[in-house]
Amino acid sequence: MADETAPPALAPARVHEAEGPGRRAFALWQAARHDGPLIWVLPTHAAHLPMLRGLPEGVGARLHILRPANELDLLWSVEECLRSPGVALVIAEPEKPLSLIAGRRLQLAAEAGRTSGLMLIREDQGSNAAETRWRCAPIAGDGGDSTLHRWELKKNKKGTLGTWTTNWNGKTTALHLVCATGERNQPAQAPR
Amino acid sequence: MALADARAICPGLITRPADLRREAAALAALRRWAGRYAPMVARDGTDGLVADITGVPHLFGGEAELRADLHARLARAGLSAASAIAETRGAAHALARHGGGIIPEGALADGVGALPVSALRIDAATALALGRMGLARIADLISQPRAPLARRFGSGLMLRLDQALGHQPEPISPEAELPRFSIRMTLPEPIGLHADVTAGLTRLLERLCAMLTQHERGARRLRLELHRVDHEKAEVEIGLARAMRDANRIAALFAKGIDEVDAGFGIEAMRLTAHVTEPLAPEQIGGSRTIAREDALADLFSSLGNRLGFDRVLRLLPAESDIPERSFIIAPAAHSAPETPPPHRGPERPIIIFPPEPVTPRGGNRRGHPPSAFRWRRMGFTTLRATGPERIAPEWWFDDPAWRTGLRDYWRVETREGPRLWLFHTPQATAWAAQHWFAQGEFA
Repeated sequence: MADETAPPALAPARVHEAEGPGRRAFALWQAARHDGPLIWVLPTHAAHLPMLRGLPEGVGARLHILRPANELDLLWSVEECLRSPGVALVIAEPEKPLSLIAGRRLQLAAEAGRTSGLMLIREDQGSNAAETRWRCAPIAGDGGDSTLHRWELKKNKKGTLGTWTTNWNGKTTALHLVCATGERNQPAQAPR
Repeated sequence: MALADARAICPGLITRPADLRREAAALAALRRWAGRYAPMVARDGTDGLVADITGVPHLFGGEAELRADLHARLARAGLSAASAIAETRGAAHALARHGGGIIPEGALADGVGALPVSALRIDAATALALGRMGLARIADLISQPRAPLARRFGSGLMLRLDQALGHQPEPISPEAELPRFSIRMTLPEPIGLHADVTAGLTRLLERLCAMLTQHERGARRLRLELHRVDHEKAEVEIGLARAMRDANRIAALFAKGIDEVDAGFGIEAMRLTAHVTEPLAPEQIGGSRTIAREDALADLFSSLGNRLGFDRVLRLLPAESDIPERSFIIAPAAHSAPETPPPHRGPERPIIIFPPEPVTPRGGNRRGHPPSAFRWRRMGFTTLRATGPERIAPEWWFDDPAWRTGLRDYWRVETREGPRLWLFHTPQATAWAAQHWFAQGEFA
């Protein structure tokens, strides 16, 4: 199913989840759309880092990085950040599957602090308490220099599911929706 | 005397390099101690102290007794010292460095007359020239007519002479005492309950914050010492993400530390010290939404820093380098201000960077061009489109082991499978090197 409208914004004051190889790009797109301080919680031993020069406009100066030493500290710091009213969006990369208790606690913290959270989880390691769950993957484009993403809303507590194919170049908040060419009934005639 | 000469005279000489900073610190401590003898004590050069003891000696029973008391106390502390008491600062300085003693009142010229002219705080060249003219002692200098001396040696010599003899005033200017942000509370009965300690802390914090407000400073680190009845001491130390003097917000950060304190048989004294402070001008608190948000963020970083460590609460700052790993620095958020990175020009940069990971080429490729198919992280990829190369040369002024392989040619590779990767090739690596292709980043 392909949707012709823009993907819905993350519901405020809730915790969401994103999985798949394109989850970090999705998180950065959401970060660019949120106004205010951003926090990205990464485990200490994670080798990757956001690269300042490649981040979308305005995100680099607002982004803070936490590197807690273990999973317990990570969940604690995410909860603290969500509970704080000074933060706009908390992005976290937990390593282990989130338990229902942990997920529920994060939801309560997000409601208390009016802060959105986005958990970048591994495949099928989410918690049932998440408001929405997205599956994000970069896809190859046909034209030159396109940066296509397929964002699939897999779970949604308060709405419908959907799939969006978008062209986001990683620089601004602007997003181009791409018609799903591959899903028509008849195969297109190859140009001769 | 040169060190070699000294060693020749005394072969068993033990020498240590001078540690000027610690010497100055020791002298400053001695200055604080010497405050017991006079209200105004100042440092005199790098090796002396000068005190204005006007109106003090009778408290010790006389000048001689005061000096004897000073020497006895210093000797007990293991310090050897020389001292002198005179009517003027110049005379006391001269005598203390040439034998020491007491010059009775009204006998300045006789007291310092026998001392060499170099005792007058004049430079070595002047002292040498005076010696050549046969004026070796201060008494010789006093009897000379002033005008020719001043013409020959400048007014500095006459100033020093007048200061020593009391014709020119020379006050002592002690440096201002730095405020010490330390508050103590002694309790009539030992306490042990959590609520009692918190109440005590609140009282201490209120006084400390009032003191900080008075000096327009904010605390960065605070330490709470709890002295127990059995002479044990428990310490709780917290850091703050930015300078602060708001008692309620600081008290919240102590809560966890106080929970972990073992009160033993009871706590009888508390001391709260702000040992790291910063200037903090009066500012508007509360009010607009941005200020409230900044305060909330600072509180958040304080509590995160106190549990995780302030080196784990970080921020990315731009840096001047073309090397991808060094194009930004990771700085503790509590000790840096956000900087907007300069607008990026030139080839695109990935959103995620990681240490170089080997890529196994499969399938043919032109020399220097990305492989048509490769494996990375145990996944197979087929190259759809490659943009590049962007050649980045190592910074030869740093010896970075990761860049020993020389130049790197960076390519943005779009794969048929989706991911857009940042690959690089090391054309200068030796031909037999196992690895020529690496992945270092992912694009949006």
